[in-house]
Amino acid sequence: MDNKEIDIQAIVKEIMAELTQNGAIDPPQENPSPIPEQQQAGIDLPDPSLPENRKKLGVANPYDPEGLRNLCSTTSARLGVGRAGPRPRTETLLLFQADHAITQDAIYGEVDQEVLDKFALFTVHSQVESRVQYLLRPDLGRLLNEESQAIIAERCEKNPQVQIVVGDGLSAAAINNNFPLIYPVIMEGLKAANLSLGTPFFIKNARVGIINDINEIIKADVVVILIGERPGLGISDAMSAYMGWQPAHGKTDADRDVVCMITMNGGTNTLEGGAFVVEMVKKTLKYQASGIALREKAGETG
Amino acid sequence: MLLRTKLFGKTYEFGTIKELLAKANEEKSGDRQAGIAAESAAERMAAKHVLAHVTLETLRQNPAIPHERDEVTRVIDEGVNETIYAEIKSMQLGELREWLLADTTTSAMIRRISNGLTAEMIAGVAKLMSNLDLMIAAKKIRVTAHCNTTIGLPGTLSSRNQPNHPTDSPAGIKASIYEGLSFGSGDCVIGINPSDDSLSSVSRLFEMTHQVITTWKIPTQNSVLAHITTQMEALKRGVPIDLLFQSLAGSEKANQGFGISVGLLDEAYQMARKYCNSNGPNYFYFETGQGTALSAGAHEGADQLTMEARCYGLARRYHPFIVNTVVGFIGPEYLYDSVQITRAGLEDHFMGKLTGIPMGCDACYTNHAVATQNDIENLAVLLTTTGCCYFMGVPMGDDIMLSYQSTSYHDTASLRQLLGLRPIPEFEAWMEDLGLMKDGVLTEKAGDASFFLQK
Repeated sequence: MDNKEIDIQAIVKEIMAELTQNGAIDPPQENPSPIPEQQQAGIDLPDPSLPENRKKLGVANPYDPEGLRNLCSTTSARLGVGRAGPRPRTETLLLFQADHAITQDAIYGEVDQEVLDKFALFTVHSQVESRVQYLLRPDLGRLLNEESQAIIAERCEKNPQVQIVVGDGLSAAAINNNFPLIYPVIMEGLKAANLSLGTPFFIKNARVGIINDINEIIKADVVVILIGERPGLGISDAMSAYMGWQPAHGKTDADRDVVCMITMNGGTNTLEGGAFVVEMVKKTLKYQASGIALREKAGETG
Repeated sequence: MLLRTKLFGKTYEFGTIKELLAKANEEKSGDRQAGIAAESAAERMAAKHVLAHVTLETLRQNPAIPHERDEVTRVIDEGVNETIYAEIKSMQLGELREWLLADTTTSAMIRRISNGLTAEMIAGVAKLMSNLDLMIAAKKIRVTAHCNTTIGLPGTLSSRNQPNHPTDSPAGIKASIYEGLSFGSGDCVIGINPSDDSLSSVSRLFEMTHQVITTWKIPTQNSVLAHITTQMEALKRGVPIDLLFQSLAGSEKANQGFGISVGLLDEAYQMARKYCNSNGPNYFYFETGQGTALSAGAHEGADQLTMEARCYGLARRYHPFIVNTVVGFIGPEYLYDSVQITRAGLEDHFMGKLTGIPMGCDACYTNHAVATQNDIENLAVLLTTTGCCYFMGVPMGDDIMLSYQSTSYHDTASLRQLLGLRPIPEFEAWMEDLGLMKDGVLTEKAGDASFFLQK
């Protein structure tokens, strides 16, 4: 038995060598496809978080395998995962935990200084002093600290038509991954429309409402904040663009418009997202209104 | 009113019952955010010490919001049985705690005094209890209700099949329903949170779930958690609805934020009795959660536990089939971490049961809370041991519409298996008939959504 196998392997080797010499095929890799013996050499796994690897059926002997696949394709819910006794199977459990892990890294992560430097953004701070306080006190995330007010007053252009700011919000990854892609799109669109632009900057530990406080100093017609959203399971880098007509203290979400779920991982991509932001800014300037007021005005005039 | 004590040589004084209740509350980030929490751990204990000596009568006379300004206060006060209240009104809260825990105090005895209690009394006694106190007391209180099936029977643990979908796709929702049913989830209700509250979409989901229930002769009830007015409109048009749903808050002002009032709920209750597709007599499904009133800026200076107890007092008026707190949904600025979420889950379950309503729990968390799936698995086990009626069943605990994590279809089966509990009897018999369950354990066929492609 053993001898026969060795013979076959030898023959295969010979044929392979011939084919390789002829240039018919590429020479064989040092480490071919993983088989149990290769475990000694290490473990090298595909990424279980890739979309194509998420939809693997885990049910041992489904009544209708094709039907089960069809059911699973109707929803992004985690179906067809099977079970180990009453518990999830190992890969299902670990993927779920990985999806949660990436949200935690996003929430407690920091926006890369290189990203800010690349676009010459300086940094100011809300009144929040730590990440824990950020989670506990949304009200403090809506206000600038004193030092930051002074910095903005000193360094920023006043009374522009459009002021762009960036906030970390609940996901640093959202800014790290999307801001470098969306910012050029927005800037190009706004410049092409001949709009006067304010001095952009970054606010650490920011909530959306901080645009009110910012605009008490800058007095822009429109303020746009690009901010990290609360990470969802599996999508931890969604960014949103909130904007409002002449934000000021007392303005709320009802006075704002939003382009949400901007991400390259299954949301609105940055190119489209950037275009939406530019369109929304133009519309806001045209009607001199945002939020519910904008919908009413735009509706009235068609 | 003088509310004062010394503790470790220091004098603590509290201005009002409302302030005392707030400072006696276990640590909650929401109370701190509202600026009403105790300023030190010792002050919290001083408040509890004083609270233990406050009588039930004093608490009735000092509701969190005055009668003249709040219909929730009026509903609860008018619901008090005066005969029973007269028997217990001189009891102090510390004594009430001991009476609830006493081995000689039975479920029937507690159910009787429930009718003499107001929300402030119930919240007050919860503040004097440790977690295990809350569990021992709640375990005694057996509350059942009936719609098409009976919730809350001894030896049962039920599950809401929660098959949400981001765009309300009937096909996607049905796929999740099938998966859940194959794990034994759905004996409590098949209940969908819609993302589109329109009459046509909501009606379509009622029709679809009704059709699944009819085709497979499932002993359960359907629900779509739309706004109550949408469901009332659907009822009028003959849409098959078993349970009416509404979220509740603990003050008139917060309920205005939800677009509801006692008058509207009364009207819905009458309509349910006239037009619901189910047997009754319990037609309502309510959801609540600590921090709701504060998030609406309508807590009126009261702590979030007291406001939560008031939700249950309001719910009682409508003899609900099921009520659950959505305990970790609201975020870390109200319940910061797993310690606070766990505590709130145990408090809410106890308070609901003491109010006399069949209580379940959406043991859940958001990604910005300091909690993990392990923490809500722990909470679910704790609550199951104390007789919690039901949990949510969500595919792998990941709700793709509401973007939070709750308990899973697997957890439904696991909790039953771990603690020797069964689905509602008719539902278990139904599963046995289909060969999905045998002697309370899932069979080889179970856990396979495609099983339901047979019809």
